[in-house]
Amino acid sequence: MVITLNGERFELDQPISLAGLLARLEIDPRRVAVEHNLAIVKRQTYPEVVIDEGDTVEIVNFVGGG
Amino acid sequence: MIAGRTFHSRLIVGTGKYPSHAVMAQAHEASGADMVTVAVRRVNISDRSKESLLDYIDTERMFILPNTAGCYTADDAIRTARLGREAGLSNWVKLEVIGDERTLFPDNEALIEATRVLVKEGFVVLPYTNDDPVACRKLEDAGAAAVMPLGAPIGSGLGIQNANNIRIIREFSRVPVIVDAGVGTASDAALAMELGADGVLMNTAIAGAEHPVVMAEAMRHAVLAGRLAWLAGRIPRRMYATASSPLQGVIGT
Repeated sequence: MVITLNGERFELDQPISLAGLLARLEIDPRRVAVEHNLAIVKRQTYPEVVIDEGDTVEIVNFVGGG
Repeated sequence: MIAGRTFHSRLIVGTGKYPSHAVMAQAHEASGADMVTVAVRRVNISDRSKESLLDYIDTERMFILPNTAGCYTADDAIRTARLGREAGLSNWVKLEVIGDERTLFPDNEALIEATRVLVKEGFVVLPYTNDDPVACRKLEDAGAAAVMPLGAPIGSGLGIQNANNIRIIREFSRVPVIVDAGVGTASDAALAMELGADGVLMNTAIAGAEHPVVMAEAMRHAVLAGRLAWLAGRIPRRMYATASSPLQGVIGT
């Protein structure tokens, strides 16, 4: 299955929880914020949210800016 | 004091464009600021090696203000603000909705709309705006916790281009006025404060200086000096001289 992750095509074998996706990407969930199909995902719900075929996921963090 | 929260410094500094994270941390220290701006960007999925910005910010001492820099529509700015709130520790946002690529001037119409939406969602909104007293008044009416008029285009270092407008904005506003963008050197920051601004926000003037840490200290002094000068009440400008020494008792007359 294919999802759009940070604007790019990303392949997954099967639906996966958001927590699972972050672990697979080696991203510390405490340092990021996630939007799933345009809705903000609360951090405590990462294990329950399922990323499925065609979903759009944005994972952001803080970088230097003015 | 903004939205009931007290800051000890009237200088707000950025976290972008420093030669290194270590220099940034030293400059932050030298600036005396207790609020820093950060940008919200996509995590690099393919390269996770980069160290985190937050490792170099003393979050015990520094209040983190996420921005919506780079957003060209109200919708994108609103989404970015929500992500920033989720990634961060507060519901504050430096709201930017840019209307033009070359000048990075704000799109005031979209900015006001985004302010209204985010205020309804419980955000403390600090909008980056033109040095336009009418736009500032509309932002205030939309619920902005402060207004942040530009002194000059972002990163231009041109200094305060329309001092009179900043003064009028100060006179009109019931919320804090923070001059955001355009500062090039210490005297620009001092001038902003002398015009009555409640604070100054800058990034490039410090980060891009040859010696960022030294410039950060200069800015700390400039903001303090400008603030004191404003409080002291400057003398009026006159066309001609008025002698400082007594006119009587001069010898030889």
